[in-house]
Amino acid sequence: MRGQEAREQAGRKAVMATLAHAAADEIARLWNEAGLPSEAELLRGPETGLVTVRGRIGGGGAPFNVGEATVTRATVRLPSGQVGHSYALGRDKAKARLAAIADALWQDPAHRETVEAKLVAPLRAALDAARETRRVETAATKVDFFTMVRGED
Amino acid sequence: MYVAVKGGEAAIANAHRLLADRRRGYRSVPALRLDQIVEQLALGVDRVMSEGSLYDRELAALAVVQARGDMIEAIFLVRAYRTTLPRFGYTNPVDTGAMQVERRISATYKDLPGGQVLGPTFDYTHRLLDPELAAGAEVERPAQRPAEPEAMPRVSAILAHEGLIEADGEMPLDHVPGDITREPLQFPMARDIRLQALSRGDEGFLLALGYSTQRGYARNHPFVGEIRIGEVELELDVPELPFAVPLGSIRVTECQMVNQFKGSAKAPPQFTRGYGLVFGQSERKAMAMALCDRALRATELGEDVVAAAQDQEFVISHSDNVQATGFVEHLKLPHYVDFQAELGLVRRMRAEYEARENEDKAEEKREAAE
Repeated sequence: MRGQEAREQAGRKAVMATLAHAAADEIARLWNEAGLPSEAELLRGPETGLVTVRGRIGGGGAPFNVGEATVTRATVRLPSGQVGHSYALGRDKAKARLAAIADALWQDPAHRETVEAKLVAPLRAALDAARETRRVETAATKVDFFTMVRGED
Repeated sequence: MYVAVKGGEAAIANAHRLLADRRRGYRSVPALRLDQIVEQLALGVDRVMSEGSLYDRELAALAVVQARGDMIEAIFLVRAYRTTLPRFGYTNPVDTGAMQVERRISATYKDLPGGQVLGPTFDYTHRLLDPELAAGAEVERPAQRPAEPEAMPRVSAILAHEGLIEADGEMPLDHVPGDITREPLQFPMARDIRLQALSRGDEGFLLALGYSTQRGYARNHPFVGEIRIGEVELELDVPELPFAVPLGSIRVTECQMVNQFKGSAKAPPQFTRGYGLVFGQSERKAMAMALCDRALRATELGEDVVAAAQDQEFVISHSDNVQATGFVEHLKLPHYVDFQAELGLVRRMRAEYEARENEDKAEEKREAAE
């Protein structure tokens, strides 16, 4: 049971991470294509605030505050009762609302598969592709050292 | 009696209207869009985010255009905006070891796991102005090199094995990170709070101080152990969820400066360290921050405090360009009454001085006549 709960939480967190990274218009486009319902009661927000970003001294030492970042969050309740939350960097309130509904729908067994397959999977694929492009572009700037033989011997 | 003087309302309104016009410039030139600034003046946007201490590209771009490209004015605008928002909390500390690296170099190790990755750098360019760019030429797509993903541990972790380098900076276990946005500055100041101040400090000021340490004012023999630039994930603990909620990622620049240290009464000979971490892509700032961080650790390491860069109060109190510009620029505001008072004082002193002079001259004349 504990294992299943942990898997459940990891799955939910992964969905939230994908939605946080995704662009608002992409979420909206896929939402319409998938025909996901968007009625929900707003319990909180969408509201924009700040988080203070922390780093660690020397990279791995004691925490310190680096600076702030804008974050927008929302909490919604579906007509079927599930409560969903969203948090993401930036100030996009429409995105925050949709992402919170997506989180709530994901908790509803009737909608989880559609959310995963029609919304999260394509978003994740696009994000992975963009990351991979960056990675191979960066890799092309890696230095290959070689030694030149100098002198007679 | 106090007499209030009012005036200038119409002049101020018209000045701001004129400012808006001059900011827009000739109407025949297309107006800048924020996405153009975000994409094409990205490092300027990064500087505003770093010193404005607010990670939000679009807001920083708006600030740049609203300030007509005046960076300190833009930073001021961003700082002012920050104060209007509620705070949701402190993120979990970012893991720079897990960064999606876009640039990573080390000046101390040639062959290190993950290698030397140059990324989008100005280094090795010839610093020749490019007429083709002026003509708006298209640029080619970046080269790609398919490669297996490779872990890139921080260089400090590699050096740590021999025990010849200090550990990452630790604080007592019960230490709560200080926050200069919540508490007034107090000296001596703990290293975590100094780092927060340095991270949003003025790039030019920190650069000059870092340079001064290289030129011999608090020399500390620095090497760039590592610079890395890339995106790190942010997570926030919130009461409504049983796990840390992912927020997305931000780009940061990290600099690990490694400094030779011959030892003191307090510490054995070893490599000591300075640390820099800033928003966006700005290795000059991260390097300057790391140099200043190391210099400011003088007392902790048993060094004599002999130079400006080692003086906590001097460095931290003057590193904030919003405070600095506020105090310098306030001199423009009407000081009519102060000045009238000073003028009266100087007139009186001058009259007394001249009276004394005349007396002395009269005295000399009398003596000469006698």
